[in-house]
Amino acid sequence: MASRGADLGASDTGVGRRSLPTKHEGFLGYRGGYWGKMALGISITLIAAYLLIDVEPRHNGGSWLGYTLGTVGVLLILWLTMLGVRKRAMTPGRWSLKAWTSAHVYLGLSLMVIGTLHTGFQLGWNVHTLAWVLMMIVIVTGIFGITAYGLLPRRLSDNRDETTEVQMLETLMDIDRQLFDAAQPLDAGPAATVQAALDETAFDGGIRQRLGRRYRGGATARALAEFRARPQPVDDPEDKLYDRLEALLARKQAALSRIRQHLRIKALLQIWLYIHVPVTFALLAALSAHIISVFFYW
Amino acid sequence: MADAYRIAIIGSGPAGLSAAGRAAQLDIPHILLEKTDHLSDTIYKYQKGKHVMATPSQLVLRSDMDFDAGKREEVLGTWDEQAAAQGVNVRLNADVTAIEGEAGNFRILLADGETIQAENVVLAIGTQGNPNILRVPGGDLPHVQYQLDDPGEYVDEHITVIGSGDAGIENALGLAADAEQGNVVTILNRSAEFARAKDANVKLLTQAAEQGRITIMTETSPAELRAGEILLDTRDGQTKIRCDRVIARVGSAPPRKFVEACGVEFASEDREAFPKLSPAFESTKKGIFVIGALAGYPLIKHCMNQGYDVVEFINGNTDLKPADEPLLEAKFKGLPGSRTVDHWLDFLRERVSILRDLSPLQMREFMLDSEVHHYRRGATIFEKSEPGSSIFGIAEGHVLVELSDADRSLTQEIEQGSIFGEVGLVSGRRRGATIRAGEDVIAVEIPRMAILKLMATVPAAKRAITYISTERQLLQMFGSGLKSEDLVDVMRTAEIMQVKAGEAIIEEGDDGLDIFVIRSGSMVVEKSIGRKPVFLSYLPAGSYVGEMALLDEALRTATVRAAIKSEVIRIDGRAFRELLHSKPELLANARREMEERENINNFVEAKKDSFSTVVDMYSSVASFLVENGIGEATDVLLIDENLCIGCDNCEKACADSHDGLSRLNREAGRTYAHIHVPTSCRHCEHPHCMADCPPNAIHRGDDGEVYIDDTCIGCGNCPRNCPYDVIRMEKVPPPKPSLLSWLFFGTGPGPGEPDRDWIDDRVSEDTPKVAIKCDMCAGIEGGAACVRACPTGAAIRVAPEEFLSVSRLETEQI
Repeated sequence: MASRGADLGASDTGVGRRSLPTKHEGFLGYRGGYWGKMALGISITLIAAYLLIDVEPRHNGGSWLGYTLGTVGVLLILWLTMLGVRKRAMTPGRWSLKAWTSAHVYLGLSLMVIGTLHTGFQLGWNVHTLAWVLMMIVIVTGIFGITAYGLLPRRLSDNRDETTEVQMLETLMDIDRQLFDAAQPLDAGPAATVQAALDETAFDGGIRQRLGRRYRGGATARALAEFRARPQPVDDPEDKLYDRLEALLARKQAALSRIRQHLRIKALLQIWLYIHVPVTFALLAALSAHIISVFFYW
Repeated sequence: MADAYRIAIIGSGPAGLSAAGRAAQLDIPHILLEKTDHLSDTIYKYQKGKHVMATPSQLVLRSDMDFDAGKREEVLGTWDEQAAAQGVNVRLNADVTAIEGEAGNFRILLADGETIQAENVVLAIGTQGNPNILRVPGGDLPHVQYQLDDPGEYVDEHITVIGSGDAGIENALGLAADAEQGNVVTILNRSAEFARAKDANVKLLTQAAEQGRITIMTETSPAELRAGEILLDTRDGQTKIRCDRVIARVGSAPPRKFVEACGVEFASEDREAFPKLSPAFESTKKGIFVIGALAGYPLIKHCMNQGYDVVEFINGNTDLKPADEPLLEAKFKGLPGSRTVDHWLDFLRERVSILRDLSPLQMREFMLDSEVHHYRRGATIFEKSEPGSSIFGIAEGHVLVELSDADRSLTQEIEQGSIFGEVGLVSGRRRGATIRAGEDVIAVEIPRMAILKLMATVPAAKRAITYISTERQLLQMFGSGLKSEDLVDVMRTAEIMQVKAGEAIIEEGDDGLDIFVIRSGSMVVEKSIGRKPVFLSYLPAGSYVGEMALLDEALRTATVRAAIKSEVIRIDGRAFRELLHSKPELLANARREMEERENINNFVEAKKDSFSTVVDMYSSVASFLVENGIGEATDVLLIDENLCIGCDNCEKACADSHDGLSRLNREAGRTYAHIHVPTSCRHCEHPHCMADCPPNAIHRGDDGEVYIDDTCIGCGNCPRNCPYDVIRMEKVPPPKPSLLSWLFFGTGPGPGEPDRDWIDDRVSEDTPKVAIKCDMCAGIEGGAACVRACPTGAAIRVAPEEFLSVSRLETEQI
C-alpha cells in the first residue's frame, strides 16, 4: 500500500501511535468467544466436581462445595447487576461495554449451572427456591434478549430504510393534514369514516396489538376498505375526490405499518428488560432473605 | 507650453490627490493630471452608495486630505471641497500618452497634443485601468463585464460574480441588497476561504448567504461561460448554473507597457509584479516616483500617506519617517544590533526567501501583521503538539528540528532563509515537532491569515512556499536518509496539478511512468474487471502512487482517480528512477511496498470468478462510503446495523463525556448494506469547518482529531461550511447531578443529553451559543466514548485507509 508520510520529525504521531481499530466483531464473538469458552469451562469443571465429590448425606447448599458455589453465585449475580451501572457511567478508562456485555451474557448463562448445583436439586416451596426461580426467570429473559439482539437489528434497519423515527412521525402528520384538507367536501357518513382514520395514531392498540406481527382492524384500514368497496358510478364528479382520498389513506396505511413495525421491533428489543431488570431486583431481595435466613435460623 | 512645474502628479486617486494637497500646502509649483473629467476615478467608479472602508485600522493617516470610512459620495465630496480649498492645481481630461526626458526636465505628452514640463513626475495611476481578464472559454462573451457601476440597474437576472476580493464581494452584496430587484446572485471563490478580502466584507457576505440572498460557492472556478449558463468546476465535480450576466473581479495588474516606456523597471517578469522602488518611492528612472496601487499597495490610507510622503521627499525632507514608523520601531525594539527600521526591513526581506519579491512598501505593510523574534542558541521556538498555525522565516542563524522525543540530540537542520511551521498552514495541525534555535536566531513569525494574504498577492512567495513544502513532503515520505540535494533533479520536474473529483490521474493500461504524490484530497484505486470498476484501495493525502509501472517497466495495472477535488505533485518517472538507482535503500523500500500492492492485484485476479458475490459487494460498499464523504475522512464512526439495537447508548455516552451535549446523531445518515454512516464528524483531511473561523479556534489535534477550542465566538460559520451537518450551535448546560443520585433519588435528567426544557431552564437567555462537534474524545482515557459504550459492538471508528482496503476481504470473507 502507499506509504503515508509521517509528520516532520514526528513519526510517532498520527497513524503510528493510535492502535489499529479493533477488528469488527459483535458482543457474542468478542475475542473469539473468550467469555463463552470461559463460561463453558467453568460449567464443565463444576459439573465434574459435583459428580466426583462425595458429599454426605447428599449434595446440598450447606456443604463446603455448596457454600463455595453459593458464594461464587452471589458474587457473580452482584457483578452481573453492575452492568446496569457500567452502561450508564461514562467514566474514562480502557473498558468497553461490548466486552462487559459479552462477559455478562456468557457468565450469566453459566449461573444456571452454578445456581442449580448450589441447590443440590433440593427444591421446595420456600424462600430459597424462590431465589432460584427468580434467577432462572432472569436468565431465561436474558436468553430471549440475546435472541432478539441477534435477529432483530437487521430487520429494524431494513424497515426504517434511512428514515429516522422523527421523520416517520412527521410523514404521518403530513399525510393527516392532507387527508383532513381533502376530506372537507365529504358528506357526514364518509366524513365520519375519514375522521376515524384521522384519529388513528401509530400508538393505538394494547400491548398484544403492539407486539403482534399483524395489526388488526385499524380505522384507516376500515376506511380504505370502505372506499375501495364503493360502487363506481360512471362519470361521478366525486370520483376524483374519492381517488385522492383512497390514495392518501393507502399512504397513511403504509406509513402506519412502517412506524408500527419500527415500534414493534424496538419494543421487542426492550420488552424483556422490563422483566429482566425488575426480577433482578426481586432476586436480590430474595437472595438477601435466603442468605439471612440460612445464617440466622440454621 | 507654460513653465516647468516642480512636480507633475499623474492620476488623481487617493495617492495623487494627497500628493497634490501636500504640494499645495508647501507652495510647490505643481500640476495634477487626471484622465477623466472628475477627481479620483477609481473611487468614482465604486458602485453607488458603497461604503468605503478605512483599513488597516492600526495605520495612522497622514495627509492634508481628510479620509474616514463612509459612503462613496461623502468621501468624494470631501476631497473635491478640500482640493479646491487648498488650491490644488488640477487639470482634468488630461490623458498622458508618454513621458520623455530626464530628471529636472521631463516632457509629459498629452493625448490632446499638448506638452507639460516638469522636474519630477509622480506616477499615481493605479492599476484599475488594466483589469485581469477571465481566461476560460467564453470569457469574451458580451455578458461578461469587469466593472459594476450601479447595481440598481439590473433586475430579475441570474448574476454570477467571479472573484473573492473586496471588489467581487461588494458587487455581489450590492446586487443582492434589494430583494425587490429579484436578482439571483452567486459568488464564486476558487479557494475555500476569502483571504484577500477585508473581514467586515466577509462577514457581510456570510450574513447575506445565511439569509439566502447570495449563494457562495467555494472551491469553485468557472470552466466555461455560455450564453445563459455557466459551467463550473466544483470540489465534487462539474456542475452548471443559470447565468445571465458575469461580473468578473479577478484583480488588476499594473499597466506595464506604459510604465516601462517611461523608463521604469519592474521587480520581475511576473504579470503582477510591481516597479522597483527606493524607500523614497523613486523608480529606477531618476525623477520618476511611483506611489499607490501601482507601487504595490491598493489600500486608500496607504496611498494617501504615500502621496504626502513622496512630496516631502521630493522637497528634500529625507528624514521623514513613514506614518507607520513608530509601530514598526516597537516591533524591532527587542532585537540585537541597533538597526533602523528600514535596515531591519531590508535585512528580513533579503534574507528570508519567501519575502524576497515584496516591494519595500509591501514589506512594511506585511511587517505590521507579523512579528520578529530573537532566540538565543538552544532556546525552544515551539514545542511539539503546541497549537499554532503561523509560519516562521529564518533571517539569521539556523534552527534544529527534533526528530525524536526520546533523543533530543537527533535533529535535522533548517538553514537561514528557509521557513518552518508550514505544515500548520493547510491543516491547522498542532506543531509536529519541537524546534529549537541552533545558534542565535532571528526569525519572522507570520500569522496564518497574513501568509495566506502574502500567497494570494505575491505569486513568487506562493511558489517559494509551495516549493519548500513540496520538497519537505517528498523528503518525509521517501525517508531513507534523503537530503534536499538528492531531490534537486526530481524537484525540477515536479509539477503541482489540480485534479477534479472523479478525474483519473492514472489509467489502467497506459504506459506512463510518472509518480504522483497526493498533496490534498484523496484518491481511489480501481481495477477494471469484466468492464466493471472494482475498488482496490483508498489513498489519503500524503501517499504516493505510480511507482509500480516504473519498477516493473510495465503498463499501469490500475486506474487512480480523485475521490474529491485534490491536489497532486506529478514527478517525472525518469528523474525518479535515477533517484531510486542512486539510493539502494529507497529502492528496497519501494520494492517492499510494491509487493503489497501486487498481492492485492493478484488477490483480485484470483477472485475474478466469484466476482459477482464477494468482490462486487466489497466494491459497492466501498463506493457507497466514498460517496458519503469517507474519501476525505481521517477517522469516521460507522454503525453495523446487523448489530445495532437502537439503544442510543452511543449518543448518551457522547453527551456524558462532553458537557452533556451529544455530538452525534445515530439514527440520521445514510445506510448501505447495513453499514450506517451516522451524522458525526469525519475529521476530514482538509476540514471545511476550518476554512472560515474568525478567531481561528478550530485545530487539528495530535491524534488527527479536528476540535474547536474555547475561543469560539459562536459566529456559526463552521456549521454552515460543514457539508456533513455534524456541528451544532448550542448553549452549554450546567453539569447534571451525579449518576448515583439519579439512580437512587431520581434527581436530574439521567444519562445522556438532557431534554431541551431542562437545559433552557438552566441557561440564561443571553448565554452565547458555541459550536460543538466531535473531538474524538481527545484527552479522555480509553478513547471514543461512542465506541466504548456500544453494548453490542455495532459502533466502530475507522480510518478509511484501513477500512477501505481490499486486503480485508482476505481475512474477513465478507
